Amino acid sequence: MWRWFHQWGSPKFFYHRSGALLPVLALASVLILGCGVVWGLLIAPADYQQGESVRIMYVHVPAAILAQSSYAMMAIMALISLIWRLKIADAAVQTVAPIGACVTLLALATGSLWGKPMWGTYWVWDARLTSTLILFFLFAGVLALRNAAGQSQSAGRAASVLAVIGLLNLPIIKYSVDWWFTLHQPASFTLTERPAMPFSMWGPLLMMVVGFYAWFFLAWLIRLRHELVKREVRTDWVQQMIKQ
Amino acid sequence: MNFETITAFLEMGGYAIYVFASYGLTALTLGGLLLAESRRHRAWLRRQGSVQRSEET
Repeated sequence: MWRWFHQWGSPKFFYHRSGALLPVLALASVLILGCGVVWGLLIAPADYQQGESVRIMYVHVPAAILAQSSYAMMAIMALISLIWRLKIADAAVQTVAPIGACVTLLALATGSLWGKPMWGTYWVWDARLTSTLILFFLFAGVLALRNAAGQSQSAGRAASVLAVIGLLNLPIIKYSVDWWFTLHQPASFTLTERPAMPFSMWGPLLMMVVGFYAWFFLAWLIRLRHELVKREVRTDWVQQMIKQ
Repeated sequence: MNFETITAFLEMGGYAIYVFASYGLTALTLGGLLLAESRRHRAWLRRQGSVQRSEET
């Protein structure tokens, strides 16, 4: 176990081994997202209340789920880098923050495009929407702190501490629809219960969620590998790789 | 298939702007991020390659 941990914590080992994952993730995300879009946009039925606008769900819900879970992953990496001072975990925090920020913005944007026809407004200061906006600022804050003061270690630690503290926001987002009176509908999808919607709707939704995850890990891996070789540019293995 | 005709699909029951804008934004975000990342990495490799060559000579 410790040996495994050490091997994958080494940038060189990680870089060489993770290369094989890139084509797998690329193929998976193209295929799954492609099928999911066709299924959600063309084949899935319209909603009896929301009509065709319900198709926005197939991009909005996966983006919102991914926004929150990518934050959780960032916080876990931050905790690892604080406790074990693992360099690769610090690089993981730094590289996931901008991706998470983009995904959160996408969730907010598609949500407001759905809100306009359904609620009559692009934005309300509703608990769910506001806490998701805070999630975006947390991502942006971690990114700004990490890139402040060059690439110093103390900047990395400050960013990690903020990432861990920001975890408090996740349960607030999750329960905001129950705790406050909000416009936003409660979760339509949970891990433990059978979904209330028919398979013809949760099928494409699940497919899009899986596709979003495949895309996310691909984007994260590309960014992380780039960050690792940049940090290790003075080492022999990176110089060898550049030569080829 | 949910739609009878292409026109019906393009109209999206009156929600065409919102639905297609959502999907367009998603494609732009997901595709754009990947493209930018891999481009940045390749450009960096090229730059480092030329640094290496100039150091050797």
